[in-house]
Amino acid sequence: MREQRPVAEGLFTWPSEHPALLGSRCPDCGETTFPVQRGCPACPSQACEEVELGRSGTLWTWTVQHFPPPHPWTGNAREFVPFGVGYIELEDGVRVEARLTENDPSRLRIGMEMELVIETFFQNDEGEEVVTFAFRPVEA
Amino acid sequence: MNVSILGSGLYPFGRHEGVGPIEMGVAAANDALSDAGLGWNDIQFACAGSLEVLQPDTMIKHMGLTGIPFTTLYNGCATGGNLLLTAANAITAGQADVAIAVGMDKHPRGAFSVGDTLESIGLGQWYGETGLALNPQYFAMKTMRYMHDHGISEDCLNRVSVKAFRNGSLNERAWRRKQISEEEIAGSPMVCDPLRKYHFCSPSEGAVAVVLCRADIAARYTTSPVRLRADVFRTRRYGSFETLTPSTPVRSVPGPSVEASREAFEAAGVGPEDIDVMQLQDTEAGHEIMHMAECGFCADGEQEALVRDGETAIEGLMPVNTDGGLLANGEPIGASGLRQVHEVCLQLRGRAGAHQVPGNPRTGFTHVYGFPGVSCVTILTSS
Repeated sequence: MREQRPVAEGLFTWPSEHPALLGSRCPDCGETTFPVQRGCPACPSQACEEVELGRSGTLWTWTVQHFPPPHPWTGNAREFVPFGVGYIELEDGVRVEARLTENDPSRLRIGMEMELVIETFFQNDEGEEVVTFAFRPVEA
Repeated sequence: MNVSILGSGLYPFGRHEGVGPIEMGVAAANDALSDAGLGWNDIQFACAGSLEVLQPDTMIKHMGLTGIPFTTLYNGCATGGNLLLTAANAITAGQADVAIAVGMDKHPRGAFSVGDTLESIGLGQWYGETGLALNPQYFAMKTMRYMHDHGISEDCLNRVSVKAFRNGSLNERAWRRKQISEEEIAGSPMVCDPLRKYHFCSPSEGAVAVVLCRADIAARYTTSPVRLRADVFRTRRYGSFETLTPSTPVRSVPGPSVEASREAFEAAGVGPEDIDVMQLQDTEAGHEIMHMAECGFCADGEQEALVRDGETAIEGLMPVNTDGGLLANGEPIGASGLRQVHEVCLQLRGRAGAHQVPGNPRTGFTHVYGFPGVSCVTILTSS
């Protein structure tokens, strides 16, 4: 198996048997945001704390990206496969934007149950699999 | 506001091989000055804006170096509205009696890139590397949710584009001058669901300039000044759903377009029902629909019937984007907001030709909106 490397440190717990996104919670106003940031976007606090976010939620909105994105996207434009993107509403009170494992519009609908997965989206020049977070529909 | 517009000039939006943005800016400025019956020597304050031009004030080596204060600014898709506001503020503050605002740009083809490093917009590089840093995705996702919540159909999106290209066909200075049928729009390639190729505007090239003066001295220069009644600039509050945001809170608040419009109507002492012609940011068809409601011209969901019944057409009750808007003109970011002002001036002065709104429109509205959640609204009247 190839070496796996997260696309960025501190976005999600990794390696982990049950990976979770890492967000911030404000000790003053309780607001939750993603990814981690010290300053609160809702109040003047500068002391937000790192928290693990819930691993499932509902699809608030979605689209499918049908053309190869421009730089700095690291995918291969010649072998481009459209990919889904959505905002997943978590019980933490935040909607997180993510790639979706599903790219068929007929199988995506607002309100459907989604769960977090870690997926490979790119193989870098060193032969490592670069992994990122995504959400997949929960099979009924 | 004690500010009037004396004249405006436009270097047509489109693609101009071999013509630089500065050259377009100079042409637009000379056009506006000649419309106002003034020369560069009469200008006491200038401001210019652009995404691609680092120092737009280098244009004055082609116009006469007169030592005046010349401010440059860039504020995303709201740059044009900010330029007008900056020039108007200089007049209101007593810094100048006569001022000029110039917007210019010349973008590469294709979707706007966010640049080499996402740090320049406060985001981690992972966001771009994984294919999330694209404005079209946001436009699509906001539209998708709005259609779900308020019963807007794909037909409505298609009809907005039909109307835009029809208006473009009537405007001899528009970029896209060919009418496109509803079937052709509905059959064009999907870009980001639910938005197709002909629902989107493209980056383009062009320039616009507007000459302003103290309203109480406008009669010295022209018999047909356009009065600036309100010019309001707002940024997002926490909870407004905006582009290029890895997360957004569940508890949401209205966006900056709502606040800017509300405040502009209050300042001008008129209401949405008084507006005879309006230019709304139509980056794509979905946002023209949503901005109709955000700016106060209808309730959420009413767009379906208004668009179907032709009320947003030039002959309708609420003509929207009479020059073809961004869809038919493209978006040179620095100039786009001033194009709206230019079009409203033409309409209020009865000079819009084949795309003139019938019945002598007297009150106009312009609205720009863009990343990272900025909006500028103006209200203009014919006297």
